Amino acid sequence: MASSAFIPKADSQLAVKRGFMDRLNYLWRLLWRDRSGVIGLFMFSLVVLAAALAPFIARHDPLAQRLSDSRIPPAWDTGGVWDHPFGTDSLGRDMFSRTIFGARVSLTVGFFGVLIAAILGMVIGAIAGYFGGRIDALIMGPINLILSMPYLLFVVFIAAILGRSLLNVILIFGITDSPIFARVTRGEVLRIRESAYVESAVSAGARWGRIVFDHIVPNLIGPLITLATFEMSAMIFYEAGLGFLGLSVPPSVPSWGNMLAEGRKYLSSNPWLTTFPGLAIMFTSMGMNLAGDWLRDVLDPRLRRARK
Amino acid sequence: MSLILEVRDLITKFYTLDGVVNAVNGVSFSLEEGETLAIVGESGSGKSVSMMSLLGLIPSPPGRIEGGQALFHGAQGTQDLLKISTKELNEVRGGQIGFVFQDPQTSLNPILKIGDQISETIVRHLGMSQSQARNRTVELLGEVGIPDPQMRYSNYPFEFSGGMRQRVMIAIAVACNPQLVIADEPTTALDVTIQAQVVNLFKRLRDKLGLAIIWITHDLGVVAGLAERVLVYYGGRVVECAQVDDLYEYPAHPYTVGLLNALPRLDSRESRRLVSIEGTPPDLLTPLRHCPFAWRCTHAFKRCWQEIPPLYPVEASHMTACFYNLEKGVVRDE
Amino acid sequence: MLRYFVSKLMLSILLLIGVLTLAFFMLRVTGDPVSLMLPREASPAQIATFREAMGFNRPLGVQFWDFLTRATVGDFGNSLHYDSPALPLVLGRLPATVELAAVGLLMAVIVGIPLGLAGGLNPGSVLDSIGRFLGLLGQSIPNFWLALILILVFAVQLRWFPAFGRDEPKSVILPAFVLGLAVSSQILRMTRSTVLEVRGEDYIRTARSKGLHPRTIYLKHVLRNVAIPLVSVIGVQFGYMLGGSIYIETIYAWPGMGQLLQQAIGWRDFPLVQALAVFTSVVVLALNLVTDLAYALLDPRIRYGK
Repeated sequence: MASSAFIPKADSQLAVKRGFMDRLNYLWRLLWRDRSGVIGLFMFSLVVLAAALAPFIARHDPLAQRLSDSRIPPAWDTGGVWDHPFGTDSLGRDMFSRTIFGARVSLTVGFFGVLIAAILGMVIGAIAGYFGGRIDALIMGPINLILSMPYLLFVVFIAAILGRSLLNVILIFGITDSPIFARVTRGEVLRIRESAYVESAVSAGARWGRIVFDHIVPNLIGPLITLATFEMSAMIFYEAGLGFLGLSVPPSVPSWGNMLAEGRKYLSSNPWLTTFPGLAIMFTSMGMNLAGDWLRDVLDPRLRRARK
Repeated sequence: MSLILEVRDLITKFYTLDGVVNAVNGVSFSLEEGETLAIVGESGSGKSVSMMSLLGLIPSPPGRIEGGQALFHGAQGTQDLLKISTKELNEVRGGQIGFVFQDPQTSLNPILKIGDQISETIVRHLGMSQSQARNRTVELLGEVGIPDPQMRYSNYPFEFSGGMRQRVMIAIAVACNPQLVIADEPTTALDVTIQAQVVNLFKRLRDKLGLAIIWITHDLGVVAGLAERVLVYYGGRVVECAQVDDLYEYPAHPYTVGLLNALPRLDSRESRRLVSIEGTPPDLLTPLRHCPFAWRCTHAFKRCWQEIPPLYPVEASHMTACFYNLEKGVVRDE
Repeated sequence: MLRYFVSKLMLSILLLIGVLTLAFFMLRVTGDPVSLMLPREASPAQIATFREAMGFNRPLGVQFWDFLTRATVGDFGNSLHYDSPALPLVLGRLPATVELAAVGLLMAVIVGIPLGLAGGLNPGSVLDSIGRFLGLLGQSIPNFWLALILILVFAVQLRWFPAFGRDEPKSVILPAFVLGLAVSSQILRMTRSTVLEVRGEDYIRTARSKGLHPRTIYLKHVLRNVAIPLVSVIGVQFGYMLGGSIYIETIYAWPGMGQLLQQAIGWRDFPLVQALAVFTSVVVLALNLVTDLAYALLDPRIRYGK
């Protein structure tokens, strides 16, 4: 092109002065524009707090059974007492305490499950994307296989085989969910590897390690955080589902799924046994979905544009 | 020769998360019937935005046209393009003013046949039946140089090369015999050899149909063979406007001088280094109250930082927005 | 396009082999498949007879090959609980699950697509907010919980629908609704985001520059480009429903494959579980293949391309 000698990009000027206050201001405007994201984060924080402070919030031991107190309705119903605000279950255990403690199980499964899935997936995906060729095909074959299978079915299958324990559930989710992390990581690594940006860095003599940390990792963070949020929300669902089928943690452990399974037996007579765990799941899931949506809007296009 | 388009003080802004981008800051110009006007400027200078504003093609949540008027003296009488209703604008778009976009790859609908994308505007504006429109489309395809037009009518965009796709875009733009065609960097995405062919195509169509053309480009070389008059854009403003030859021989604005100096010349006797202009284009987020080029101008003095220079006449139909008289080497006296 | 289809077919077959392999090894993940299937109190003699009868004492390779070859002709052994061939039992349950999934999909599409379109065409409007909220709800409500609540309200208290079984035509409504809800929110989001994406494309700007009537632009240019990926999504969601109906069928006592799975797990009838897992996967894979085919037919780039 004739006059390409000095065509600078118009927005190169924008790389100017972005101090800390500017960034904070920017973040504030982002949050305000998408208030639902804030609501979601708020809801999620509530759940996390409840889980963390459970022993202090709950009035009773979630495992303590008092058959004489069984099936008391919630406090605002006739026959209810404020000592058991959400009522009690068939073994006299306090529903409020169980619901709060149930958050612990769900969040633990969600968090560690995603952690394992993400780490495993990232490593696999990065290897596949970085080396390409036959290694890529070899790795992505089984990955795509797992991704195209009816997930629920096989999770149930495996859970049925392995037996009920928290560790099993975490492992199952961690391993079965890693393919999606692997695929996303691989996609990003491939995209960046092919980009002219990295080519020039390589030709300028940058070492492999630098390339990974300066270029690949920042571009991965955005999509992965978003993915992690959604997958964690899904895991909480799945854990509850497994619990419902009697395949999650052992029956005495207060998990929302277990509580739902139990409550089902008394559905028409004592509906509160199912209402509260269900609402808890819904509340947590909503919060995470809202937060995840917001994160996706915020992190994805920004990071991509900034690090071209 | 009568005027076909008069634009006065066009202002377009974009309300983004980063702030308000002042993309077009008071652009004025006129265009005569059958005239070919080139608009030259770098990326971000507002050239595309100003033309798209005329036809209401700016995406309206972030973008807003905030001022000015654009009088179009068309076959239907005179209308202010910025103020008429969408319904009326739809009569003008495609029917009286055609637009050729920059990237033929993405500007054609990938799942519709090429011929269909041309004939739909014919049906819309010329009121022909489907089969009549089809015949005319086949003719058009031949006109723009697509071989075997009968068969090609039913092809999809992915079956065409870049150059051919751009010819299709041109066919779409001229299908309804418009009075004006605005071409936004139509050759930028094409190979150099194809560029020349496309420019020739435009010339042929212009002569045959009596088209007025506004040709947006950042490449002064392409302009030379086609345009009669040139507008130079900088920072969302017109900083110089002149006949083509005058611009090349007697550029009156320091930016234009810089542009010309940056062009490699095959015909220069001495070897000469390519001179680039120091600095970067203005950040359009801050509204400027001084000459947008002041930072990079080697002749800038106090006044340049205090007011926005209006367009001053240099000689017949040659204007420049600069307080400095380049030719004489002194500050301009009013 | 033929090449496209053939390559997808080959891929599906490969995937199927993968599924069979997985199903085979899952039973042996704890080491001894016999311990899974017999109660803990079984005597060593019982264990030995069982092992021999099921062929678990043969070398692993032989077992695997046998399993594969038999699976291709549909022989998955006998269900332990029913003591009759496993696959026909599964097949018998197929119509019920398909009915459930089909009605659920219909409901999901009727709700999801219009709301998604409205949201994509008028982002930020009231209708869009309603749609997005419904989408959020659909995604966040655990379907097994909703199923219970709906039974409580509509079957027990209002008595509009039966709470269990497949006896009347309207029995399908409640379970299909629950199954379809999560799917409808996916469809809604997908439609909405696709519409927004397409509207921002350059070729829509070209269409506007032609002065076409807005309705022409929407119907001819926007919707057609939206429809293609949407078909893909709908196909995938249908597969998801076919494979994920276990909770709904369990709660509503709907006599489909999902219910059978839950029962089989309870009985520790793993040959039956295996047959169910493989067959469901086959159905889902077949569905994906059909969806790919539909996509290829609709998108001229694939249909006429190389």
